[in-house]
Amino acid sequence: MVMDDLLADFLTETHEGLSAVDEALLRLERAPDDAPTLAEIFRQVHTIKGTCGFLGLTRLEKVAHAAETMLGLYRDGSLKVTPEGITLIFAAADAIRQIVLGLEQHGQEPEGDDAAVIAALDAAARGESAALPSAPQPKAEAPLDATPAPNAAPIPAPRTQETAAEAAHGESAAAQQTIRVSVEVLEDLMTLVSELVLTRNQLMQLARVSSDSQISVPLQRLSHITSELQEGVMKTRMQPIGNAWAKLPRLVRDLANELGKKIELEMRGADTELDRQVLELIKDPLTHMVRNSGDHGLEKPADRRAAGKPETGRILLNAYHQGGHIIIEIGDDGRGLPVEKIRAKALAQGLATEAELAQMSEHDVLRFIFRPGFSTAQQITSVSGRGVGMDVVKTNIERIGGTIELRSKEGRGTTFTIKIPLTLAIVSALIVQAGGERFAIPQIGVVELVRVGDEHEGNTRIEMIKDAPVLRLRDRLLPLVSLSALLRLREAPVGGLKGYVVVMQVGANVFGIVVDRVFDTEEIVVKPVAPILRHITMFSGNTILGDGSVIMILDPNGVARGAGISAEGRAEEQQTISVTGGIRSDSSTSLLLFRAGDHTPKAVPLGLVARLEDIPVQRIEMSGGTPVVQYRGQLMPMVPIAGHWEASASGRQAVLVFTEGQRSMGLMVDEILDVVEEPLLIQPGSDRLGYLGSAVISERVTDVIDTVYWLSHAGGDWFRGDRKSSASHQKPRLLLIDDSPFFRHLVVPALSAAGFDVTAVESPAEALRLRDAGAEFEALISDIEMPEMDGLSFARNVRASGAWTRLPLVALSSRAEADDVARGREAGFTDYVVKYDRDALLSSLHECLSSPIAA
Amino acid sequence: MQSMSETQRSGPAIAALALAEREDEVFLTLTVAGQTCSIPVLLVRDVLGPQAITPIPLAPAEVAGGLNLRGRIVTAIDLRRRLGLPSADNADKAMSVVVEQAGELYSLIVDQVGEVLPLPSGGICPNPPTLDPLWRDVSLSVYREEDRLIVMLDVERLLNIG
Repeated sequence: MVMDDLLADFLTETHEGLSAVDEALLRLERAPDDAPTLAEIFRQVHTIKGTCGFLGLTRLEKVAHAAETMLGLYRDGSLKVTPEGITLIFAAADAIRQIVLGLEQHGQEPEGDDAAVIAALDAAARGESAALPSAPQPKAEAPLDATPAPNAAPIPAPRTQETAAEAAHGESAAAQQTIRVSVEVLEDLMTLVSELVLTRNQLMQLARVSSDSQISVPLQRLSHITSELQEGVMKTRMQPIGNAWAKLPRLVRDLANELGKKIELEMRGADTELDRQVLELIKDPLTHMVRNSGDHGLEKPADRRAAGKPETGRILLNAYHQGGHIIIEIGDDGRGLPVEKIRAKALAQGLATEAELAQMSEHDVLRFIFRPGFSTAQQITSVSGRGVGMDVVKTNIERIGGTIELRSKEGRGTTFTIKIPLTLAIVSALIVQAGGERFAIPQIGVVELVRVGDEHEGNTRIEMIKDAPVLRLRDRLLPLVSLSALLRLREAPVGGLKGYVVVMQVGANVFGIVVDRVFDTEEIVVKPVAPILRHITMFSGNTILGDGSVIMILDPNGVARGAGISAEGRAEEQQTISVTGGIRSDSSTSLLLFRAGDHTPKAVPLGLVARLEDIPVQRIEMSGGTPVVQYRGQLMPMVPIAGHWEASASGRQAVLVFTEGQRSMGLMVDEILDVVEEPLLIQPGSDRLGYLGSAVISERVTDVIDTVYWLSHAGGDWFRGDRKSSASHQKPRLLLIDDSPFFRHLVVPALSAAGFDVTAVESPAEALRLRDAGAEFEALISDIEMPEMDGLSFARNVRASGAWTRLPLVALSSRAEADDVARGREAGFTDYVVKYDRDALLSSLHECLSSPIAA
Repeated sequence: MQSMSETQRSGPAIAALALAEREDEVFLTLTVAGQTCSIPVLLVRDVLGPQAITPIPLAPAEVAGGLNLRGRIVTAIDLRRRLGLPSADNADKAMSVVVEQAGELYSLIVDQVGEVLPLPSGGICPNPPTLDPLWRDVSLSVYREEDRLIVMLDVERLLNIG
C-alpha cells in the first residue's frame, strides 16, 4: 500500500524531472557554458538516481548513475560540454523514460540491458571519445521508433505500439490522473474558503434577524455549496497517514538488526487521511514511539521464548477515524511498562511521596513516563533511554490539540493511543464571555457545561477552599479556574462567582473554567497569532466570528498549565478530584472541619457531604416538632448536631447536606471552618452517640462524627425498605472484613440500618478462623488492601476450600480501575464496589443474595 | 486613501516623486502626539479609519489588540504606547496604518495620517544623541523640513516587541 503510493509519487516526479531535463538539455545545447542549467540537469538526474536507490530500482539506478557521473564532470568543468555529449545524456534520459514506462505498466522494472548506453557514458566520462559511438545512436531516437527492439538492444524494453505512441506524446497514465499543485496554491484556496465561510456565517446571521424570506432559499443553497466547497478544499489537503509511516519499516528493520531482536511491524489503516499540516507534526512523535516500542517494549528473542511468546515481537500501528478525530494506536506485545520501577523512580526523583504513590492507581503511576526527564531504561542505547522522549511526544501532540493515553500490562505489552483532530484549520468551538470579552474554546476538550449561581435559584454553587474555587460535580471535586482572573481581565468577584463552568478534560486532568456567559458553538477557522504574541501560551490562535469580530482561541493545555493543573506537572489534583475514591484511615482524606455546640472542632469526610448550604433562618420551618426546610422542591429534615435548635428571628444557618437518592437531610452546624487533606487516625473515644471518636487534625483534637447516626436521626425511613425487611423475615447475615476501624464504623451501621445482620472483623485471618469455627453467613464483604493477607489472597483462600466456597463475595476497595476489577474477579470476587458507595454496595448485595449462587 | 489623492493634487510632491530615483525613498507621514513621523510607503498595505479592536489579554502593553481586515487578522500596535507617550484623548478617531512584516499584518495606531512624500537624502540627519533612548531605538534618523522635523521610523524595530 505504502510502497505503491511511493512508487506513484516517484513516477509522477520522474516524469516531471525528465521533462525538465529535456528542456534544460536543449538550452544547454545552445549555451554549453551555462552553469545554472548544468546544475539543474545534474540535480534532476541526481534526484532520480537517489530515489531509485531507495526504491530498489537497480536498472534505473545504473543508467542514472552513469549519466550523473558524466554530468558531474561537466559541472566541475573537467570535461567540456559537447553536442555529442549532450546527445548521450539525451539517450540516457530516454533509457530512463523507457524503464519508467515499464514500471508504470507492470509495477516493476522491465527486462533489458542498458550496457551500451552506460558504456558510452562511461567512455565519454573518461574523455576517451567525444565522438558518439554508433551503438547509442539509435537510443537517442528510440522514443520515435515504434519497431519492437530485441532485449539486448539499447532500447530498454519490448514495447507495444501503444506505449510507443504514449511515449511519443510524452504522456503517461500517471501524469494524466494526478497533477501536482503547489502547497501554496492550496493554502491560498484554503484561506479563501475560510473567508467564504466567514462571509456565509455573516449573511446567515443577517438573514436570521431580517424577515425577508426571499433570500432565505438562495442563502440556504449558498450555505450548502460553501460547506461542500470547504469539504472539497479540505480534501485536497488530506494525505494518507501512510505517508508518515513510509520510513518506519526501514527504521524497524535497522533497529532489529542493531538490537538483535526480531520485530514485525504491522501497519493498519495506512490510507486513513488527515490534514497534511497535522501529518507533518505527528511524524516525529510517531517515529519516536515506534523506536521506543522496539527498544524498550520488545524483549530479545531468548527472553521472549522464556516468557512463552513467539520469538518475533510485534509492533502494531493502527489508524482510524472516530467522530471528527483520528485515532492512532502504537502497540507492542513486549514486556509492558514496569510499574514498580516507575513507582520507585518517581519516588527517587521526588515526583511524589510514598503516600501519594500508594493511593495512585496503576494507570496514574504509568503516566509518570510523560514527565520531563523520566526514563526507566537501565541502559542508555543509541536508540533511546536518555529521558528525553515521552514528554516531548506528549507536548508535541498536545500542541496540535491532541491527547495521548496509554495502556500497559506487564508481560503483555504496551499500547499508546493518540487522539488528534483531523484538521487544524477549521474546528468547532464554544464561544464564551468572561470579563466582557469573548473567547473560543475548542469543543474537543469540553466535557459539559454547568450553570452555577446562588442557592436561591437552586443552582450548584461554587465553593471556596481558602482562595481556590471548587465545584462539587457528582462524585468529584472539580478544581476551577476563573477565566477573567487567569487572563487578568479584572478582579474576580470574591465569593460570588457565578455564571457557567465549562468542564474541560485535558489528558487525565478534569477541571472547570468559570465564564460569565456561554453563547453558541461555531465552526471557526483557526488562524495563528502574530509572532509577537506567540509567547502567550493561553491561546492557540485567533479567528474571526460570524459578526466580523476578532476573537482569541483558548488553548486548553495552556490554560491547564497556567492554572497549575497538569498531571504531568503536579500531582495534587489527582487526589483532589477523587475525594470519595480514596478514603482510607491510614492515608490522606479530605476532611471538612466545622464547629457545632462546643468549641471542639468536628470533622466529617468531605466525600460523604453532598453540599454545603447557607440557609436563611426564616426559611427553616417546624413540622411535627422537627425543623425542616423547603429544599429543591422537597422538604428536607434538619438535624441540629448540637442536640437542640431554637428558632431565631434572623441570620443564616450553615448546613451540611447529605443525600440519598432523591432524599436529602441537613445537619445544622454553627460554622464551617475548613477543608483539610490529612490522614485520619481515629482514637476510639467515649461511647458518645453520634461520634466515632476523636482524631488530631490540623494539630487540634477534633471529634469525628458518625454520619450514619445522624442520618438515621433524620427519619426512620432514611434507609430504603429497612423496616420491612427486618420485620418480615430473618435478616441476611453478612461478614465484613476491613482493617480500618473507620470503615467498619461507617459500613456496619449503614448495613445494619439497611436490614442486614453484620459481623465485622479486622483481618482475613480472623474471618478464616470464623469460617473454620463453623460460622454461617449469606455473603462476605472484604476490603482489598490489608496488611498480612490482602483481599485477593483471602478470596482465593475462600474459593479454594471450606464452607464458604460458594458464598457471594463482594470486594470493597478504594481502587476500582478496570484492571483492579479484573484482578478481583480473577481471584474469585463476585462483585467489586468502590469504597464507599453505599448505593452500589446495597444493590450489589441485593443482587448477590437474590441470585442462584446464594441458594 | 484620502491622503493619496491629496498627494496627487500637490504638484511639487509629484515632481519630487518623479525625481526620486528609488521608490523606497518615498514615505508616508503620520502624527502621534503632535510629532510627525514617517515610514517607507512600500511597507504600507492599507490606511484605515477607526476600527473595532479586540483586546488581547496578557499581550504586551503596546499591543492594542486584533482587528479584522477583509478576513485577515491584523495585530494592532498602539504607536503612542510604543513610543512611551500618554494615551490619546480622542482614541476613537485614531487611524490605523497597516504594514506587512515577514508575511504578517500589523496595524500602527496613530492620531493622524499625513501625506506621501519623498524624503531625499540631503535632508536626512542622524538621530540627536539626546533623543530618548526608546525613540533612538526605533528611529533611523530625522528629516529636516522647513517648518517641522520628521522622525523616520524603523518599522521592523517598532514591531520588535516583547
